[in-house]
Amino acid sequence: MIETRGLVKTFKDKKRGEIRAVDNVSFVCKPGEIYGLLGANGAGKTTTLRMLATILEPTDGTAIVCGYDVVEAPEKVRANVGFLSTSTALYPRLSSQEFVEYFGRLNGLDEATLKKRVDDIFTRLDMNSFRDRRCDKLSTGMKQKTSIARTLIHDPQVMIFDEPTAGLDVMTARTIIDFIRECRQRGKTVIFSTHVMSEVEKLCDVIGIIQSGKLLAEGSLVELRTRHNEQDLEEIFVKIVSPYLNTQEA
Amino acid sequence: MNFSAISVVYRKELKEWLRDRRTLISTVLVPLLAFPILMVGITALATVMIGKAEQEVPKIMIIGGKDSPQLLERLQKIDKLTVVPYADNWKDQISNKEIRAAVEIPRGFQTALAEGTSQTVNVYYYEGELKSSFGAGHLQEAIKDYRDSVVKERLAAKNLAPSVLTPFEIKQENVAPPEKVGGASVGGFIGYAVILLCLTGAMYPAIDLTAGEKERGTIETILSSPVSRFDLVMGKFLLVFSASLVSAILSVTSMGTSFAILGHSQLMHSSGGESLHLSLGPLSVVAVFFMALPLAVLFSAVLMTIALFAKTYKEAQSYLTPLTFVVVIPAVASVMPGVELNTKLALIPILNTSLVCKEIISGTYHWNSIILIFASTCVYAGAAIFLAVKMFQREDVLFRS
Repeated sequence: MIETRGLVKTFKDKKRGEIRAVDNVSFVCKPGEIYGLLGANGAGKTTTLRMLATILEPTDGTAIVCGYDVVEAPEKVRANVGFLSTSTALYPRLSSQEFVEYFGRLNGLDEATLKKRVDDIFTRLDMNSFRDRRCDKLSTGMKQKTSIARTLIHDPQVMIFDEPTAGLDVMTARTIIDFIRECRQRGKTVIFSTHVMSEVEKLCDVIGIIQSGKLLAEGSLVELRTRHNEQDLEEIFVKIVSPYLNTQEA
Repeated sequence: MNFSAISVVYRKELKEWLRDRRTLISTVLVPLLAFPILMVGITALATVMIGKAEQEVPKIMIIGGKDSPQLLERLQKIDKLTVVPYADNWKDQISNKEIRAAVEIPRGFQTALAEGTSQTVNVYYYEGELKSSFGAGHLQEAIKDYRDSVVKERLAAKNLAPSVLTPFEIKQENVAPPEKVGGASVGGFIGYAVILLCLTGAMYPAIDLTAGEKERGTIETILSSPVSRFDLVMGKFLLVFSASLVSAILSVTSMGTSFAILGHSQLMHSSGGESLHLSLGPLSVVAVFFMALPLAVLFSAVLMTIALFAKTYKEAQSYLTPLTFVVVIPAVASVMPGVELNTKLALIPILNTSLVCKEIISGTYHWNSIILIFASTCVYAGAAIFLAVKMFQREDVLFRS
């Protein structure tokens, strides 16, 4: 379960002054549900998800993840979260297995449990053929599988995906999409950010549209279609976001 | 503090470090080979070069002297020199190393000598050029011999003994033990070298574990794990510190071995012709290593703090290169003649360690200074670790764009 309460994040910029990257964002994401955070580049998706993963600290407001406050108990939050994005890279001089084991140990798994989990995950994701290969020698698909294995090793209840398919080829992106679906089937709480409409349509139970750090609309695909009297998600997105963009440009 | 998490981070960093050729070169190979190459190699090379220069019969030229046949004959008879015919461009010939030296006998030299008037015989050479110095040396020796014989003849003519000119002798004698003489000569250099290698040994791991992690995009991966920032910094710091220590241990060991080889091979001689004492006793080695410990902590923490600011490996290198000069300047200052350890200097980081190493190597243990230096460097090191931890908690540093 994820519950954000008035999340705010500001950054200081020498030229532009104070930037409000996330502005009073509140939403709830339940177990067995995929929450899609839809927004253009620079809308505040990554900053929001980084705060949920406790990589960044909120300037104001807070979030409760698996019953733990992101400000007060960040380490406990991280122990219950699997975070995956295209910028979560691998250690090039470790093998695929060593990399996954490292994160298992950081999550406090004992050696017997770790071995069992590694064997299970590597078999499930069909990774045994490259488990001893160094990460810098892996193909993009192999790297993504290794990253997925890393997020699964501690069996987290919450999965956070920040544009996980950005820059990936169709087949690799498909692996990720299937993995996200599987997470929902296993009853995990899933939050997923993207700017690709088709991925949102395929995957998300609840969609939150974000622009300039503000959560402008929220609901299921059906609810959004009804509310905005429009079938095409892209049109709905543009309709919601445009007034705000015009205000910004003016 | 979670020791288990620190240990996990440390072991992983160690594994990656051992697989990185760049860091292995800077931490293991350079300290291991620098001293043998510098000390044994260069000394042996210098010995060979000097030997070769000594074997050469230098060509010299005589300017004037036709009216002074006695001196002219003496100069032409020197076995160690080959006299070439006079040429107007003798200065160019010396500069171009065609001849090694020239001697100018002033007009009417012999007549003036007979009349008892003092004259100056000039010897020309190429300063800094070894073979030219040898040629000029042989010339001067021959001219001095001639002068001595003239003096002897004059004294004999007046029935005076040669001791009239030297009523008593002056003798300078060293009373310091040989290890102190050796320590005073090379001790400063040893401290300087250990300090520099502690820094360079830690530099590449420090960059790799901070800016390198940012550049590879793994910083976000590690920050999403449950390890606390403090434990993460400590795990990384311990690896950088280990690298610095490995450099220090290897450099002190290789230095001890190099000196032992030099001491036995008699390659290096002091100016007095006696063999320079160059052995490092086990106590000196342990003491130098012990004094380098807090400095290695200081370097590791400072290097990590600075490198963390950088976004890329290259940027970090450009930040840390000036730091090398900051370290070299006080280390070099300790080698300067007359710079000696006192209470004020004992508080200046790097310089204090370099100076105390110099004293330790020469067998002097001023315990008050040693305790003060160790304690003050520990305080600086502690402050540097604190700063490194704080830096790892700053989002604007970790995610600088």
